Amino acid sequence: MTATDIQRTIDAVWRIESPKLIARLARLVRDVGLAEELAQDAFVAALEQWPESGVPPNPGGWLMSTAKHRAIDTLRRNERLGRKYGELAQELATQEQQRPGQPPADMDLNLEEISDDMLRLVFTACHPVLSPEARVALTLRLLGGLTTAEIARAYLVSESTVAQRIVRAKRTLTKKQIPFEIPQGPELGVRLASVLEVIYLIFNEGYSATAGEDWMRPDLCEDAVRLARMLAGLMPKEPEVHGLVALLEIQASRTAARTNSTGEPVLLLDQDRRRWDRLLIRRGLSALDRAEELGGQAGRYTLQAAIAASHARAPTAEETDWTRIAALYWALMLVAPSPVVELNRAVAVSRAVGPAAALEIVDALRDEPTLTDYHLLSSVRGDLLARLDRRDEARAEFERAATLTDNAPEQTLLRLRAAELAEPAGSHGQRGRHGTR
Amino acid sequence: MRFMMMLKSEEGSGPPEGPSQRLMEEMGNLMEEMTKAGILLDTGGLRETAESTQMHWDRGDLTVLDGPFAEAKEVVGGYAIVQAKSKEEALEWAKRFVQIHADEFTITAEVREIIEPPEEWT
Repeated sequence: MTATDIQRTIDAVWRIESPKLIARLARLVRDVGLAEELAQDAFVAALEQWPESGVPPNPGGWLMSTAKHRAIDTLRRNERLGRKYGELAQELATQEQQRPGQPPADMDLNLEEISDDMLRLVFTACHPVLSPEARVALTLRLLGGLTTAEIARAYLVSESTVAQRIVRAKRTLTKKQIPFEIPQGPELGVRLASVLEVIYLIFNEGYSATAGEDWMRPDLCEDAVRLARMLAGLMPKEPEVHGLVALLEIQASRTAARTNSTGEPVLLLDQDRRRWDRLLIRRGLSALDRAEELGGQAGRYTLQAAIAASHARAPTAEETDWTRIAALYWALMLVAPSPVVELNRAVAVSRAVGPAAALEIVDALRDEPTLTDYHLLSSVRGDLLARLDRRDEARAEFERAATLTDNAPEQTLLRLRAAELAEPAGSHGQRGRHGTR
Repeated sequence: MRFMMMLKSEEGSGPPEGPSQRLMEEMGNLMEEMTKAGILLDTGGLRETAESTQMHWDRGDLTVLDGPFAEAKEVVGGYAIVQAKSKEEALEWAKRFVQIHADEFTITAEVREIIEPPEEWT
């Protein structure tokens, strides 16, 4: 293998092994920041040694044992800082003596123990004490195995910005003495919501990029789905985790159909359904089944997944069960009320009942402060007005929507609809499409 | 990125008593690990080629041939579709898959990237 090959192999091993490695080390040294540094050091050692020695047959075990030795050294060096470190170093060194020839010892760890450590890492990286940006960066770094450069590229920020965000986040965790543990009892629900939200945020940034020339960044979507699946493996009894997996799999299934050959966005109802990914749809539907089998009141992700599933199950746009979708949005309003959900409900109502009924819902939202600069409110309203043949008002709404989004391809689409309405009625087929993607 | 891992071996070349308990266990663990890592999208095993049929088309001439096929040495016996960040990552998983076969089997994992997004339908 050439040096580049080795480098790429080490990157791959990092992606596969680093979450487990960091999780395990964090429990040993009781500090996520230190654990990550130790894991990094072990990989630097691999970079130095593997090109000479070749990749070891058990790279995970090699890395763990290297990192552990470094942990003992570091803890001993910090002994003077406090008793805690000395005791830990002693503990680790004793383990070391009891199990000479390290790698197999770590491989003996049962999967359950590794899962618990991973779960501790999940809850720590998504801790509410951190800002949403910090949670996202830390999650992608520690659990997704992404490099800071990859995170920077995904979020169109500089590498140093990401690096700083991560350093600051780790410092906050240490300063606030956030324990490395799985929350229990009533706290669990709140903390799990934060974890799910982080993964959903990552997905959404990839699914409809908030800025830049690209409408989507599919890599980021893949990272998010992967994290969600990982979480489902760690918490198989939580219905909402499966609900999130279902939602993301089904949304990701539309990736290829969401842009046309020139990279412009194609709205959900206009998409060529043959381009939807059947494998991801199948995975999404079975995750939804699992969420529903586990029972309980359906949460926000399970309900959104059920809505996405309704679209996925419809062979054509015309066969969409809008009555069911409108009902699901109603249920979603009950568990997670938000103006955006209400706006989506309006869209479903417009299909199930008609544009006039929907316009009532939308007009009730016009004073909503969180929606005043939301381009989809204008674009949905524009669509309803167009269907009611109030063309001038409709055109004004589309033009307004175009000024409210920074996404270039989306702007083009909105301006096109406004231009269509400027022409005499009947010269264009009424598109009658809404903003759901 | 997605990759199709085609798992090939010579039919009937494994131990006559079938795969060992150890192999079955390690296989189960690896599949669980790949699932929990969120990278295993689909996997399956194929029945032996004695039960298979080849539909061969040669510019207008159709030949239907039932297995087994004498000329075939290594044949695809199973597959896995994985989602990975790079080909190297897919290869790393493939390596782990073949390694657990230890000295029981001779096996090849062919790793090929799946074209994405699928070409426009015509």
